[in-house]
Amino acid sequence: MELTRYVTIGQYIPRESPVHRLDPRSKIAAVTVLTVAVFVVRDFSGYGLLTLFLLGVVLASQIPLGYLLRGLRPVLFLLLMTLVLNVFFSGIQGGTVLFQLGPVVATREAVLRAVFIGYRLVALVLVTSLLTFTTSPVQLTDGIERILRPFRRLGVPAHELAMMMTIALRFIPTLLEETEKIMKAQMARGAEFEHGNILRRARALVPVLVPLFVSAFRRADELALAMEARCYRGGEHRTRMKELRLAPRDAVALALTIAASFVFTIPYPTWQALLR
Amino acid sequence: MPPLIETRNLRHVYHAGTADAVMALDGISLTVDRGEFVAIVGGNGSGKSTLAKHLNALLLPTEGEVFVDGMNTRDRGALWEIRQRVGMIFQNPDNQLVATVVEEDVAFGPENLGLPAAEIVARVDEALRVVEMAEYRQHEPHLLSGGQKQRVAIAGILAMRPQCLLLDEATTMLDPQGQREVMETIQRLNRDGVTVIHITHAMEEAVQCPRVIVLADGRVALDGPPAEVFSRVEELERFRLVLPPIPALAHRLRRDGLPIPEGILHVEELAGALTRLVAEGAGRGRAGDGTH
Ligand SMILES: Nc1ncnc2c1ncn2[C@@H]1O[C@H](COP(=O)(O)OP(=O)(O)OP(=O)(O)O)[C@@H](O)[C@H]1O
Ligand SMILES: [Mg+2]
Repeated sequence: MELTRYVTIGQYIPRESPVHRLDPRSKIAAVTVLTVAVFVVRDFSGYGLLTLFLLGVVLASQIPLGYLLRGLRPVLFLLLMTLVLNVFFSGIQGGTVLFQLGPVVATREAVLRAVFIGYRLVALVLVTSLLTFTTSPVQLTDGIERILRPFRRLGVPAHELAMMMTIALRFIPTLLEETEKIMKAQMARGAEFEHGNILRRARALVPVLVPLFVSAFRRADELALAMEARCYRGGEHRTRMKELRLAPRDAVALALTIAASFVFTIPYPTWQALLR
Repeated sequence: MPPLIETRNLRHVYHAGTADAVMALDGISLTVDRGEFVAIVGGNGSGKSTLAKHLNALLLPTEGEVFVDGMNTRDRGALWEIRQRVGMIFQNPDNQLVATVVEEDVAFGPENLGLPAAEIVARVDEALRVVEMAEYRQHEPHLLSGGQKQRVAIAGILAMRPQCLLLDEATTMLDPQGQREVMETIQRLNRDGVTVIHITHAMEEAVQCPRVIVLADGRVALDGPPAEVFSRVEELERFRLVLPPIPALAHRLRRDGLPIPEGILHVEELAGALTRLVAEGAGRGRAGDGTH
């Protein structure tokens, strides 16, 4: 049952790579730029270049490709659905028919679009998992806090959000372990979590969730007290052991990403004209 | 210099003025001096945790006064200095660690104090070394054992350079190995000059402390060295406290008519007393009428 194995949120793979060494802020910015690029690019030349670029980053990050691809497993079903729906129910009228089975028609245009959409999904998952694999949760939350800091004047609780994320990440494994313990205890008393219809399974979860919530609230209470006892009084007066510092390599990496993204969006006909 | 901790006629009433008001502390007056190692014992609901929370201003008195290093806990301006001086360790090790990495957690307190980064790094290094957890600095807390988590929690407090370590049943949820680790750590710290107040259910831990305070119904019932406190058997029974194993055995033997002296705490003392008794008995046996 090992719930902890299925949850890979914030999974971080420590390595001594140039990607790991980048400031989390520049990595978050780069991911944002690439996400926009993934949606703007619309032809094979762009996707080909983007793929090459991503492969380069993966190589530099020293994260095994297999690891990254395994991150795709949870979205596999979504990917398949997207492909099928877009191929057969595209709503595209006319076009070159590739094959036909009764009323079901697959046109060349529909297949192309499905492939693009599927590719976008895969690229997005890869880009974000590259971020979490190469950035420790601490750095990630620090980065988010620093990015949001200028918006504090507009009422964005930058420090509080980051603290909430940290505590959530800290307690996910603890609560998962506890869920597992409660489920095992309930199973010993004859509860069934893996059989029966959905309604039945949902009902079996009630005696798990109730004690879990009760305990989570007790934990929250105690943690708040412990934090107060350790002189916590919000973000003010607080310093950090590791202040984030942007280095020249951050500027280089971000500039490269932005420049590359512009190149990806150059339409194929322009390439043809340029290369002639 | 004022005593490190002083309470004067401290009263605490939860939900004061309502129908379900609870008098948790009923006139506690005690002082703890620098360098002391004090155990606080008492039955469930006797007010131990409530008292602990008064000693670093997590609670304020309904009546009476609490002074930490001469500062009144009612003085809002002194709040952070008081909490820095008296560091508190709680029962559940999981519910007091904040960060996802050991060293980040230890840094949490010093960061709250607003110290410069270099100073924080130095303090984290030192604190982790003192509790012998230095090689775990990059570990995730949830993968540590109970005793290790509790030592990380202690390091987190030490990094704030407190004068007093206040443990509220910090060993209760640990296995024997973890309990030993924590006891050894706080004993070592005490030898290095840190004042320790150790609230515990484990009488065999209280026996090891030079001063034992027994709370009952929100009052100080007994206060003295363990040899004295644990010889007050009838009173302890009235407070529903079990004696530690060795004093309990000594008491049983005494009740059965053996002339064993009061104030026995450790195995060696009991063994010594029994050996002397046997030797005397043997001597008398050879000289006298031969009854055993
Ligand atoms: N938050 C609260 N609200 C109301 N009553 C409380 C609260 N906390 C404690 N009490 C009551 O105050 C009394 C003293 O409680 P306290 O927690 O200080 O005892 P304790 O000696 O620490 O007990 P334990 O051994 O169970 O930890 C008890 O009667 C308890 O029910
Ligand atoms: Mg208590």
